[in-house]
Amino acid sequence: MSISSTPAGLPATGAAKAPVAVEASPAQYLTFQLGGEMFAVGILNIKEIIEYGSVTEIPMVPPFIRGVINLRGAVVPVIDLASRFGGKRSEVSRRTCIVIIELAEGEERQDIGVVVDSVSEVLEIPASEIEPPPAFGARIRADFIKGMGKVNGKFVIILDVAKVLSVDEIASLSHLAGEAGTDAIVGNPGQA
Amino acid sequence: MDELKQVFVQESGEQLDALEALLLELENRPDDETTLNGIFRAAHTIKGAAGMVEAAAVEAFAHVVENVLDRLRNHEIEVTTELAALMLACTDQLRVLVAAEAGAADKAEAQIAEDSARLLERLNAYGPAGQHTAGSPRIVEPDVQRIPSPQAGHNCWHLSVRFGPDVLRQGMDPENFLRFLETVGNIRHLETLADTMPAADVMDPELCYLGFEIALESAADKQTIEDVFAFVRDECRLAILPPNSKVGDYLELIESLPEDSLRLGEILVRVGALTADELAEGLRTQSGPASGEAAQEAKQIGEILVAQQVVQPELVAAAVAKQTQVSEKKAHDAKLIRVPADKLDHLINLVGELVIAGAATSLLSHSRRDGELIESASLLTRLVEEIRDASLQLRTVQIGETFNRFQRLVRDACKDLGKDVELLISGGETELDKSIVEKIGDPLMHLVRNSLDHGIEAPAVREAAGKNPRGSLSLNAFHDAGNIVIEVTDDGAGLNRDKILAKAIERGLVDAEAHLSDREVYDLIFAPGLSTAEQVTNLSGRGVGMDVVRRNLQALRGTINVDSQPGRGTRLTLRLPLTLAIIDGFLVVSANRSYVIPLDAVVECIERPVSEHDRNYFNLRGQVLPAVCLRESFNLPGERPTRESVVVVQYAGQRAGIVVDRLAGELQAVIKPLGAIFRHLQGIGGSTILGSGEVALILDISALIKISGQAEQRLLARPEQRSA
Repeated sequence: MSISSTPAGLPATGAAKAPVAVEASPAQYLTFQLGGEMFAVGILNIKEIIEYGSVTEIPMVPPFIRGVINLRGAVVPVIDLASRFGGKRSEVSRRTCIVIIELAEGEERQDIGVVVDSVSEVLEIPASEIEPPPAFGARIRADFIKGMGKVNGKFVIILDVAKVLSVDEIASLSHLAGEAGTDAIVGNPGQA
Repeated sequence: MDELKQVFVQESGEQLDALEALLLELENRPDDETTLNGIFRAAHTIKGAAGMVEAAAVEAFAHVVENVLDRLRNHEIEVTTELAALMLACTDQLRVLVAAEAGAADKAEAQIAEDSARLLERLNAYGPAGQHTAGSPRIVEPDVQRIPSPQAGHNCWHLSVRFGPDVLRQGMDPENFLRFLETVGNIRHLETLADTMPAADVMDPELCYLGFEIALESAADKQTIEDVFAFVRDECRLAILPPNSKVGDYLELIESLPEDSLRLGEILVRVGALTADELAEGLRTQSGPASGEAAQEAKQIGEILVAQQVVQPELVAAAVAKQTQVSEKKAHDAKLIRVPADKLDHLINLVGELVIAGAATSLLSHSRRDGELIESASLLTRLVEEIRDASLQLRTVQIGETFNRFQRLVRDACKDLGKDVELLISGGETELDKSIVEKIGDPLMHLVRNSLDHGIEAPAVREAAGKNPRGSLSLNAFHDAGNIVIEVTDDGAGLNRDKILAKAIERGLVDAEAHLSDREVYDLIFAPGLSTAEQVTNLSGRGVGMDVVRRNLQALRGTINVDSQPGRGTRLTLRLPLTLAIIDGFLVVSANRSYVIPLDAVVECIERPVSEHDRNYFNLRGQVLPAVCLRESFNLPGERPTRESVVVVQYAGQRAGIVVDRLAGELQAVIKPLGAIFRHLQGIGGSTILGSGEVALILDISALIKISGQAEQRLLARPEQRSA
């Protein structure tokens, strides 16, 4: 319950802003499966979807960073979404995909790949069908959720990619992990 | 601002840079003719360019400067320190004037005019009366007359004809004109110029590409000769010089010749200042067995001709200048290609993809065992490698230019501080990424200023200490272990440990009780607000410099180290990564993951002794070698194999071993930065893409060794804390 204060404030502003933002952009979303849950991401951020494969692991980073891949000559970091949401890493199956998402922070553009269990389809969700995120209960951080889209009577979680994949946050998290990781160098190699 | 003016501003900037560098050189070697000529040429070019874009203020000012330089060149006045200083001041003023022309001056117009007037006043002291009033930009005609020579060809009319391309189409045959010319006089010598003739496959036989240089012996007047060409007057370029023309006229003609890298002798032949025979004779002397081998190499054809008094020195100088200008012009044009950095980045990315695709093809061709395919794939691979190298080269620049900028700074600072310091530059050809070069200028300037102000003592103090009164400050750059290292070394007093410590304690930066090593004390100079200079000068002493330096370097993921010996000097070592460059790497494998160690850092590879399996140090030929095990450091899964290899690396004088599963050989690696997410990552310098398409991490040896050491220290410190 300690987290309820933050999300309680968010829906109010979110609800006021959401219709404007959604109406301005074509309301098309890519939906995908992750840990049995349906998620959606605005299609404008998505660059491409590729098959999961040959991810190079990076040492001394938090587990939600799966590593880097070679995307036609560019080295792109890959984030495990399930792990980022606080769960276990996704198991790699035949349908596992990497969705390449382009983020723009100021002038900088950065591509980040996210691992999803399977990609479903591209849906059009009108603004009227998008509800503010619940105060709690979605099992992921409330600020990661942009809204709840209603599709065929079911809810999909529309993600706020800028928050989920915040470069600053990930960088500082991996910094902390790196600090801890150096202990392991001489520490207990068998443990981790 | 129109395009022409933009080019003017940029070119003048480059010329002014050159002028400044040459003036500084002149101060050291006042008798050097080449330098003097270079200075004159730079000033002249600026004036000419200013005239072209109608920048009257620049032109008038440059004109006066040029006059003084001309007198200098003719040895009418001597190079003095004051004159050199004045010339440097004038260079600065020209810069301001050019900036004003571009509308980018940071001074008021009246102020600029006042400055100009003041400098002109001082310049007038060096010029002969009446020749240097501003606003009369005409070169004083050299009053050297051509000395009539008894040799044939010298008292002839000189004709310079370039036929237009369309003369043949209009039914005119150049040959006819030459025949007609015979009716007014005797053609003593004729040189055909076919330089504009294109290669045979693109040549249009209907076009005329020819030009002629003719020596004509004739009693006719100029009008008569000109009338010979009346039919093609509009189509061709014609210059006629009367017999015994002034040297100046020949100079002008040389200037107006089409620009190609003509050999000096040929130019003179074409101009008719000397004949082919004379040239041949000159050439014979040059290669003749009579002169010694050393002299043979040193003696340029021009000098020989002058020595034989065949041509006047002025003519040779002009022809040499012309040759230099041609080559300079070419270098200049190359400089002028400006490409946005992101286009280059894109190209390099594409080339990276090409390399990987090529490697995949090559892999495939070998698996198919098709001889022809293998051959064609290897040819492709070689070409791709060349393309890769060439495109990477586009982004790198030499650091020399950045270093050379400090000549002026050192000189001016010395004048201000009353010190005598020599700036020594080495490793200027070391290449690094342009984006880094742009960002290290400021930190370097701080360091150089600090060394001048705090480091190197006044001449009297130095003499009293038994040192050379002339201090030396050296800038050096080299590549080391995939980094670029820049050293700023002075032979000054060194850092004063006690003073720094006292100041730090006074500022509350360290505890008065603390016991600090020398290195820790020296590191304090990078703390904000600490300056040991007794008085704040306009150079440094405000205690912000070193702080800013460290922060700027950290932003580039670089480091800075201080090394100082009291009374002997201080060395500041900057280490910077080569963010975007190609490195020679050494590929190693641990737990089926590939890692690249910069080859520069690798000393040797040994097998891990079985007896020392569970230790992280080895006996390397009697010496203790600390080691980092990649499996442990990176928490790699799986069991350690029974046989392991150790790569012995050296970094900044430190040796260490890196324990890996196996070695996979050398490779050339294009460094791909890992991006903002991994900016805090230590021990990994970047990544590269292998031929298989796999991403391999490049190890940052220094950081890896450092964090291993730190981690061990932390681990060892812990039990202590618990027991305390």
